[in-house]
Amino acid sequence: MNPTTRRDFLKASGSLVVSVSIPGSVATAFSQGIGSSATLGGKPPLVPDQLDSWIAILPDGSVTAYFGKMDMGQGVDVAIAQIVAEELDVAFEKVSVVMGDTATSCNQGGASGSTGIQLGGVTLRNAAAEARRILLELASKKLEVPAAQLVVEDGVVKDPRYGMVSVSYGELIGGRHFHHKVEWNKRYGNALALKVQAKPKDPLQHKVVGKSFPQKIVAEKVYGRAEYITEARVEGMLHGRVIRPPNAGCTPVSVDESSLRGIPGARVVREKNYVAVVAEREWDAVRAAEALKVTWTPQCAPYPPMEKLHQHIREARPNGKGMPVNRGNVDAALKGAARVVQAEYEWPLQSHASMGPACAVADVRGGEARLWTGSQKPHFARDGAAKIAGLPLDKVRATWVMGPGSYGRNDAGDAAHDATLLSKLTGRPVRVQYMRHEGTGWDPKGPAAVFRGKAGLDAAGNVVAYEFYGKGFTRQEVATNESDPKDTIAGQLTGWKPKANIIFQHPAEVYGFENKRCWWETIPTLLELGSPLRVSHLRDPLGPELHFASESFIDEVAAAAGADPVAFRLRYLAHDARHSAVVKAAAEKARWEARSNPNRGKGDIMTGRGVSYTERNGTVVAMIAEVEVDRRSGRVWAKKFTVAHDCGQIINPDGLKLTIEGNIVQALSRTLFEEVRFTENNVASIDWATYPILELADAPESIDIVLINRPEMAPQGAGEPSHRTVPGAIANAIFDATGVRVRKVPITPERMKAALTRT
Amino acid sequence: MDQKISFVVDGKTATVTADPAMPLLYALHAELGLNNPKFGCGKAQCGACTVHLDGAPVRSCVMPVSAAAGKSVTTLAGLGTPDNPHPLQTAYIAEQVPQCGYCLSGWIMTAAAFLKSNPKPSDADIRQAMAGIKCRCGTHMAIMRAIKRAAQAMA
Repeated sequence: MNPTTRRDFLKASGSLVVSVSIPGSVATAFSQGIGSSATLGGKPPLVPDQLDSWIAILPDGSVTAYFGKMDMGQGVDVAIAQIVAEELDVAFEKVSVVMGDTATSCNQGGASGSTGIQLGGVTLRNAAAEARRILLELASKKLEVPAAQLVVEDGVVKDPRYGMVSVSYGELIGGRHFHHKVEWNKRYGNALALKVQAKPKDPLQHKVVGKSFPQKIVAEKVYGRAEYITEARVEGMLHGRVIRPPNAGCTPVSVDESSLRGIPGARVVREKNYVAVVAEREWDAVRAAEALKVTWTPQCAPYPPMEKLHQHIREARPNGKGMPVNRGNVDAALKGAARVVQAEYEWPLQSHASMGPACAVADVRGGEARLWTGSQKPHFARDGAAKIAGLPLDKVRATWVMGPGSYGRNDAGDAAHDATLLSKLTGRPVRVQYMRHEGTGWDPKGPAAVFRGKAGLDAAGNVVAYEFYGKGFTRQEVATNESDPKDTIAGQLTGWKPKANIIFQHPAEVYGFENKRCWWETIPTLLELGSPLRVSHLRDPLGPELHFASESFIDEVAAAAGADPVAFRLRYLAHDARHSAVVKAAAEKARWEARSNPNRGKGDIMTGRGVSYTERNGTVVAMIAEVEVDRRSGRVWAKKFTVAHDCGQIINPDGLKLTIEGNIVQALSRTLFEEVRFTENNVASIDWATYPILELADAPESIDIVLINRPEMAPQGAGEPSHRTVPGAIANAIFDATGVRVRKVPITPERMKAALTRT
Repeated sequence: MDQKISFVVDGKTATVTADPAMPLLYALHAELGLNNPKFGCGKAQCGACTVHLDGAPVRSCVMPVSAAAGKSVTTLAGLGTPDNPHPLQTAYIAEQVPQCGYCLSGWIMTAAAFLKSNPKPSDADIRQAMAGIKCRCGTHMAIMRAIKRAAQAMA
């Protein structure tokens, strides 16, 4: 196209320079010492033990918080602003949160494990409290009043005895730096923690924390003004598209560059087994990727037939094992049991299937590199990009720009390495955006697994022995971040050797069975290099999988014991007040009517309700699902959820409710619709037709949420805990509606209908 | 062979010189440098690329740019502005609908056309009308509230 057209059209010169706006750009400039270093002695280095790495007071008294974790749309940054405003005694509106840039924030692990508030927020709370303490010291000197006698109202320090005697934060330090050291635990990532002299506020005094504030970015998105990673545009950039093999594990033998003839500027970029195309214009890159002829090594059929995946898991020789719970003597108790209940459950591979395929822009030139990425862990993305580029860390800067949805280690990390590699090889800035078949087909997958429950009951229906076993792929065949090229496709195809991290887990519940054993085994990867079925973290890693099985099984045991499923759970949770409380709260809110037998509807539409309860890193959730099962079509509609949620102290109730709704609906989608299809040669789920997800027609009619607030308790996570509770609640409600147990996910209409026919 | 193709985008005339078979999406997003619509699938399966062409919702990822010649394209940014918002935009902000928000063109542009032809929809009408539009973050409960809120505001 004619560039003047674009310039005229846009009026602004946005497309001629990097047009992505780094969140909080004024504050960013300040944090980098731009315009202030000459007069003010510069900002201390960006290290965790400098207070300036966390909090800045601007000349107008507004506050910037530098956050090394991330918000992926649930509003974690709003909660962080509330926490900082609270500790500093400034209005919420005065706090802006800068996140996602390796030049402005310390690595707190990015978005990870629902720890944004639980861990990240606590660090910012400590930093803000310490900043307030320092500010009071400064005010004390200036006003000549002991600090203990001073009060702060919206960033103005006052002597309450004399209203006129006051000084604002802006006057005290605005535009300058604290140069104050704090202690830290020398651990980057999620574990990063600060130790400060100041003591954070008594939660009972909180005024900003505990209130609902909206996300400002929502309006930007709704008016079509927000810039995503897909809008990161760098002057002179090439457009890249990757070429993945037609059969997983195959490698290129030869590339016929003449097949690109006629596509302006299109050319092949190849390094070892990695093939991509670049072009000056995006459409030409897309066309080139379609047109390119590559001869590949013969197909190698690395996968079992899809219908035999779970059989493969059962039969595979384990490469890892753990027994985190082993209490009493399960085997002896099982032998003495009046009755033994057993069941087995299966969960498929699932895709992140983010709304848009990943995109990244990299500029590797002159011994430096810049990376713009949608990765939820930009610090780690920087580390990996530095290795790809062959540059020291301090020469590489990564900036997060919001992406098209992120629920763990999706395809964003791979795209970051593609862009970096292509920029390095072409000497030009390169923008890579995947096509849909790469986004769904080639993202790291959530693990498939098989679970087995075994319980012994005595004659009175009490549980005398309980065993839960899981076997499947480790949840980290590739790492949960892209700090090392061994964990991305681009890295693996250019010679970096992957190494799986063996990690699995057991159900997070506290049922007080005297004899209880939970154990697991993992199996080796199906294909080591460049596999579209490689496994990594998808929202609440192994959470929905495990608790679908464990909460279904508890229900089966309750039914075998002839007990009401709510009463049965409470019987074994009596020792734990918080855990019992959520189950009781959900049951009360849903007006649960105790019964020991399933409803077993007679008509075409059968209705039922099921309960499920789970814990996740300190957050406990219970929910009642109400479903309709259509006997004719097999369609399951989860009509209503009633949820009780206890995540300790609540920072932002409305934001929390929306987060819970999203968790539930996404989990509902995973339970009813989602399964990665594949052949022996390659992944076959490559778009929305071959990887369907929930649509509006299948959304619940209502989700009724009871928030249990515990201000006296530290805030726990909420980004995932209500996700894992869903599949069990649905399966149990289906049992109530139909009398049929569905032990395999997804519970598609075909599968449901088949299960109904069998009875 | 590239051709010069002109159309109106959000009230302004635009011209691209491009392969006439190139999807309209690439003209809007890559060539003209707009933030919306978004590339979601390139197969008309998700809605993220939805714009109005002479007032009717189309999937710009599969519509050749030549089909827009001489016509008027409205994007999410052209549907309403903070000063003059579309009721759906107001409702979306009030309900704080989006998480990632990448899907918004699909929902809002489709719903805007739907509410014009069906100003008093039932829940079932809305669920049916939004078939084929994807949201991966699972914000469907809030989407439903927002569309209903907008319908009431427009009534």
